[in-house]
Amino acid sequence: MPATNTSDFGLRIRQNMGFSISVVLFAVVYFLYHLAHPKGFSSQVLVQNSNEVFSLAMLAMAQTVPVLLGGLDLSVGAIMTLVDCLASHLLEGSGSSVGFGLIACLLAGALAGFVNGCVVVFGRIQPIIATLATGAVYMGLALFLRPIPGGKINEDINWAMTNALGDFAETVGIFDDGKAAWFQPIAGVPTALVLLILVALVTWVPFRRSVTGRTVYAIGSAEGAAYMSGLNISGGKLAAFTLAGLFAGIGGIFMAIQTSSGNADIPMAGAYTLSSIASVVIGGTSLLGGTGGAIGSIFGTLILKVISFNFRVFDIAPLLQPLFEGLVLLAAVSLGALSILRVKNQLELFR
Amino acid sequence: MTTRHADDLLILNGVSKRYGGVKALQDVNFSCGRGRVHAVLGENGAGKSTLIKIISGVVQPDEGAMMLDGATVNFRSPAAANDAGIVCIFQELSLMPDLTVSDNISISSPPRKFGLIDAKAQRLRAEELLATIGCEDVNPLMRIRDLPLSRRQMVEIAKALGKKPKILILDEATSALTSSDVEKVYAMLARLKAEGVAILYISHRMHEIEALADDASVFRNGRHIETFKKGERSNDEIVQLMIGREISAHFLPKPAYELRKPLLEIRNLSWENRLHDVSLSVGRGEIVGLGGLDGQGQKELLLSMFGVLKRVSGDVLIDGVTQNLNSPIAAKAAGGGIALVPEDRKTEGLMLPMSIAENLVIASLDELSSGIFVDETKVSAAVADAIKRLKIKIGSPDDAVSTLSGGNQQKVVIAKWLMTRPDVILLNDPTRGIDVGTKQEIYRLLRELADEGAAILFYSTDYDELIGSCDRVAILYDGRIISELQGDAINEKNIVAASLNIAGQKSTGGTHAGH
Repeated sequence: MPATNTSDFGLRIRQNMGFSISVVLFAVVYFLYHLAHPKGFSSQVLVQNSNEVFSLAMLAMAQTVPVLLGGLDLSVGAIMTLVDCLASHLLEGSGSSVGFGLIACLLAGALAGFVNGCVVVFGRIQPIIATLATGAVYMGLALFLRPIPGGKINEDINWAMTNALGDFAETVGIFDDGKAAWFQPIAGVPTALVLLILVALVTWVPFRRSVTGRTVYAIGSAEGAAYMSGLNISGGKLAAFTLAGLFAGIGGIFMAIQTSSGNADIPMAGAYTLSSIASVVIGGTSLLGGTGGAIGSIFGTLILKVISFNFRVFDIAPLLQPLFEGLVLLAAVSLGALSILRVKNQLELFR
Repeated sequence: MTTRHADDLLILNGVSKRYGGVKALQDVNFSCGRGRVHAVLGENGAGKSTLIKIISGVVQPDEGAMMLDGATVNFRSPAAANDAGIVCIFQELSLMPDLTVSDNISISSPPRKFGLIDAKAQRLRAEELLATIGCEDVNPLMRIRDLPLSRRQMVEIAKALGKKPKILILDEATSALTSSDVEKVYAMLARLKAEGVAILYISHRMHEIEALADDASVFRNGRHIETFKKGERSNDEIVQLMIGREISAHFLPKPAYELRKPLLEIRNLSWENRLHDVSLSVGRGEIVGLGGLDGQGQKELLLSMFGVLKRVSGDVLIDGVTQNLNSPIAAKAAGGGIALVPEDRKTEGLMLPMSIAENLVIASLDELSSGIFVDETKVSAAVADAIKRLKIKIGSPDDAVSTLSGGNQQKVVIAKWLMTRPDVILLNDPTRGIDVGTKQEIYRLLRELADEGAAILFYSTDYDELIGSCDRVAILYDGRIISELQGDAINEKNIVAASLNIAGQKSTGGTHAGH
C-alpha cells in the first residue's frame, strides 16, 4: 500500500534521490577540498571558485529546461559565446550605456532561445538537430562580432562582479563603501555566488511554480496526456527554449565580465555545451524529461567543478581528470537507469 | 422503450461518424437525463467508444447535432467539452506519470496566488477530492509513477470530479479497481446523481449495470438499437439485442471436432494483476480462439508465451516438455518454435522503412546465413517462395514495406513468421483493419497450417471470426478463462454471454471452467 505514514519530507527526499545525492556528495568533497587547501575556508578561495563555476552553472540551468521537455539543446554554448562577444562591444562605456548594453545582451540571449523554440515548435524538428543547426548559426554570428579575441569591459563592473560583496559595495558606493558594521559578516561572500542564487530565486523558482513551468514538466512526462488535459503545448515549448536562451545569455555576460574581453572560441563553446548536459544528468534530471530541476543542475556543475578543484590541491596527475569526471557521470546515469529493473512487460522498454 | 424528453440534459440527433470507409456511428439518436445513470452496452466495435469520443470532444461528428442544456454545441477539443461541463474518465489514463498526484488533479486550472501555482491550496484541494471517493491513503505528493494501477484510476476519478462535471462519462473506469474502491465509487456516483449530474456508464460487467443504471442503451454496428429502463429487459434479451449482425465474411467448412493430443499446454499461468491461473491446451492441427471483450488479458496471455513478460508464474509445455520462455529469442527456439504475429504491425510487426524482402527474412536470418554472412541466394529464393505462398501483391521485393496496403503488410508479418517454420503460432488480432478478401485468405492459410500440423492460438475481437474459423474458443474475463466452447456451442449468443460473464447462460455442449 502507498505509504501514508512516511513524512512529506521523507517522500520528497526519495522522489529527488539524484538531487539529494549530488548535494551530499558536493558538500563532502568541497569540505575536503577546503581542509586540504592552504588557504581553506577563506573568502579568497570562495571568490575564485564562484567565478569559475558561474558561467557553467548558468549553462546547466539553461540546458535543464529543454531536457525537462525531453529534448537536448546543443546551442547553449554557442548562445553563451554569442552574448559574450556582444557584451565585449556593449559593456565598454559607463553609466547608462552599460545599463542598456546589459539589457540588450539579456534580450539577445532570450531571442536566440526563442528562435530555437520557433524552429522546434513550428518547424516540428527534434530539439537536438534544430539546436545543432542554430548553434552553428549563433557561432557564426559570434565570429562575425569578434573575428579575433578582444574588446573591453567596464573595469568597475569587472571588479565589482568578480570579487566579494565588500568590493562590490565599495565600487558601487553603498553601505559606507562597504565599511558599515552590520555589513561586515557578509562582506566576504563572493558576488558571483550571490548573483547565482539571485538568478535562481528570481527566474527558476517562479517558473517552476507557474502554469507554464508545470506545462513543461507535463510535456516531458507525457505529451499526449498534457495535450488531452488542455495545456498549451506550443507555448510551453517556446517558453522553455526562451528561458534556456536567457540563462545562457547571463552566462555569456558573466564570461565577458570575468575575462574582460570577447572570444568566439568554438572548442570552448562545444566543451561548455557537453559539460552542461553532464551537469544536468549528475544533478538528477532525467534525459527522458519530466523530472528534475535547475537547482539540481547547479549542484551537478558544482560536482564537476569540485573535481577539478581537488586535482589542484591533492597531488593527482591532472591527466586523470577527464577519467574521474567520466566515472561520476557514468555513476549518475546508472542510478537513473535502476528503474528499468522493475519493468515487467519488456515491450515497454522499447516504447 | 422510453421516450426522449425535450428537457434532457444531453441530446444527440442523427449523429454519424465515418473513419475512412468504416461507419463507426450511423444516424444515432441518444439522450441522457439529469440525475440519471445511463448505461451504454454493446460488443467490441459497436460504436460505444466513438459515441463517447464525440460527446467528450475528442472527435467531431460528420453529421448530426448535439444539444446540451437545450443549446446546440459543437466541441472542437476535449478542453472545450470540459469547459461545458462534460468530463470523461478514459480507459487509457490521462495522467502524467512524473508529476505528483496533486499536480495531476489540478493540471488544467490550478489554484493560484500572485499568478503562481499555490502549492498548499492545490494540495488541500487534492486531499478534499480524494477524500470524497474515500481515497485518503494516497499522499498527494506521491508521483503517479509510484502508485499501483488501482490507485492511479482513483486519482483519475478525483481529477474528473475536480472539474465539477454536469455530465460524467465513465468508460470502463472500474476495471482496474479493487472491490472496496468500487463501492466507494458507487457511493460517489449516488451523491453526484442526487446533485443532478448525468452519468454515462460504459462497462462490460452486467452486475454493475444492474446495480447502477437507471436507463440502458444498446448499440450494435454503430447504430443505436434500443433504450430501456432498468428492469424492462432480462439479461437474455439484452444479449439478443447486442448480437444479430450481418455476417461479413465467409468461412471454410470446419473439420469435425476431434479430441487431439495437446502440443501446446499452458498450466496455471499468472502475471501481475492481468492473468489469473490460466490453463489451456492446443492440439496439433487445432485452431483455438481467444475471445472476450477487449483487455481481458488475451494480449498478455500471448505475450507471456512469447517471453515478453517478466515474472510470469505457471508453466508452458510443448510436446510435454516445460519451456523456459524468458525472451522472444528463447520462444523462437522453444520446442518446434513459437511465432507471434503481434498486435500492432506498424511498431511491433514491421520495420516500416526497410524493404519487403528484408522484413520477410528478419526472423529467420540464422537459417538463411552461411557463417556470419547472409546468403543472398537463399534469401531471394525464400522471399520469392513466401510472396508466392501468401499471394502478397508487390511491385518489387526491394520496395519499402511501408508502401504496401494494410492487408499486404499483415501478410508480410505472417509470412515472416512462417519462414521460421513454427510449430506453435500465436496471433494477436491479425485481421484488424484488413479488407474482407485478405481476411478470407488468412483464414484459409490458418487452416492449411493447422492441417500441416501446427497448433494455432488466435485472439480475435471479431466474434464472426472465432465462430467461423476456430475448432475451440476460450473466453477470457478479468484475466481468467471463464468458458471454453467447442462444436456447435461456438455461437454468438454463447460468446457474448460469456464475454459479459452473465452467470447461468444456456450452454449447449460447452465445457465450463468457471470460477
